Amino acid sequence: METTTDVERIEIQLLLEAVYRRYGYDFRSYAEASITRRIHRHRNLNGYRSISDIQHVILHDREAFLRLLHDLSISVTEMFRDPPFYCSLRKCVLPKLKELPFIRIWLAGCATGEEVYSVAILFQEEGLLDRVQIYATDINESAIDKARQGIYPLEQIQEYTRNYHKAGGKSAFGEYYTARYGHAAMQAFLKQHILFSHHNLVTDGSFGEMHLIVCRNVLIYFSKELQDRVLHLFCESLIEDGFLCLGSKETLRYSTCSTQFQEWDPHERIYRKRSNAS
Amino acid sequence: MSESIENARTLHECIAIGVSAGGFRALSAILPKLPQRGRVAVLIVQHTRADAGDFLARHLDGICQAPVKHAEDKEPILPGTVYIAPPGYHMLVEQGKSLSLSVDEPEHFARPSIDALFESASDVYREKLIGIILTGAGTDGSLGLKRVKENGGLTIVQDPKTADMDFLPKSAILAVSVDYILPLDAIGGFLSKMGS
Repeated sequence: METTTDVERIEIQLLLEAVYRRYGYDFRSYAEASITRRIHRHRNLNGYRSISDIQHVILHDREAFLRLLHDLSISVTEMFRDPPFYCSLRKCVLPKLKELPFIRIWLAGCATGEEVYSVAILFQEEGLLDRVQIYATDINESAIDKARQGIYPLEQIQEYTRNYHKAGGKSAFGEYYTARYGHAAMQAFLKQHILFSHHNLVTDGSFGEMHLIVCRNVLIYFSKELQDRVLHLFCESLIEDGFLCLGSKETLRYSTCSTQFQEWDPHERIYRKRSNAS
Repeated sequence: MSESIENARTLHECIAIGVSAGGFRALSAILPKLPQRGRVAVLIVQHTRADAGDFLARHLDGICQAPVKHAEDKEPILPGTVYIAPPGYHMLVEQGKSLSLSVDEPEHFARPSIDALFESASDVYREKLIGIILTGAGTDGSLGLKRVKENGGLTIVQDPKTADMDFLPKSAILAVSVDYILPLDAIGGFLSKMGS
């Protein structure tokens, strides 16, 4: 028996195909369950009767496409999310990076930038920020604009402050932002070390010789095959002995490049590229 | 009732359980009834704070015969195993019967969301899914249970009179014409039959 969900799967595949062929954004290898929920949400919020209606409109209307793109690629993030991860980064990874004259960090899928500033603050507190260049990239242009501005609603700062202290923060969190008009603007000295740019993990290539790659809770939106491809991209982009940080429920176990890494902190999903890995 | 629950033994592949306030006690009561090498997989969303850690999963693993664990992204769903959505993540079922996680916005103020699990699981398992709503507050799960029913799955709700918090089961009963309303100990008995 043909059910609504069978028809909808076809509609969703056609919509993603249309997005790719018309605008070059490739969501065809995203994990189906969450992209389906995002498309449903977009349909409901914008009053489309069906998913085919979205396809019809976005093929002809770039503005409508940009609204869809926003809803498909927005990611939810916060500062010092999973404080134990930041404790581990400080304790187990930074001492290794301290030996380097210059440290290149790639924050892939930086969304609106909360995690980028968290990482910058960590390096500042360990006295390393002057030697750091952070490349923060995302597929979503409007998210990058917000990240570049580094202005966040003050009501969220309370929770970020709690996270910061749980993450072993050494100062008053207020030293890293200026409060005005109900918002917190991140300090300029943090931004000086961050380069924000557009990068599409699905279609774009290697990002250069990195010492540390942080990509947390981004790969969960990809299919297993696409995950594997991106993990190989990370492997290529890391120097020997470089570090890769994934989200706390993500794993290299199902990837073909798992042998090229050693588990550095298995609980926080921090991996180190083996020195003999290609 | 017992006839179709008997049929459930051969037909169904997966049980999705949604629970909120009072879940620790309810899950501790029913999950130990699962056999050691059962043929159904069990997927659980329990509403908790994002920083709740893995205490619940470790506790249940300690008292259950079936292995209990937090779901990991892209993990294949194995029969006889209990997967709990990690705090702070939605847990979704993919075609091909694996799990994926998401940190998308909370739904009905909940992440993990019962609706997110039930709807995605129902789209994959269809009539081979059993959806169970236990004790709790809020309305998350009603839409998901409705989808389970529409796709031909079996729907069970804990009798609100036996729930620590009756709002969640009551909302589900209002929203869906459920197949069975069972007291907590009968749900445990049902799980014990879902074995070999």
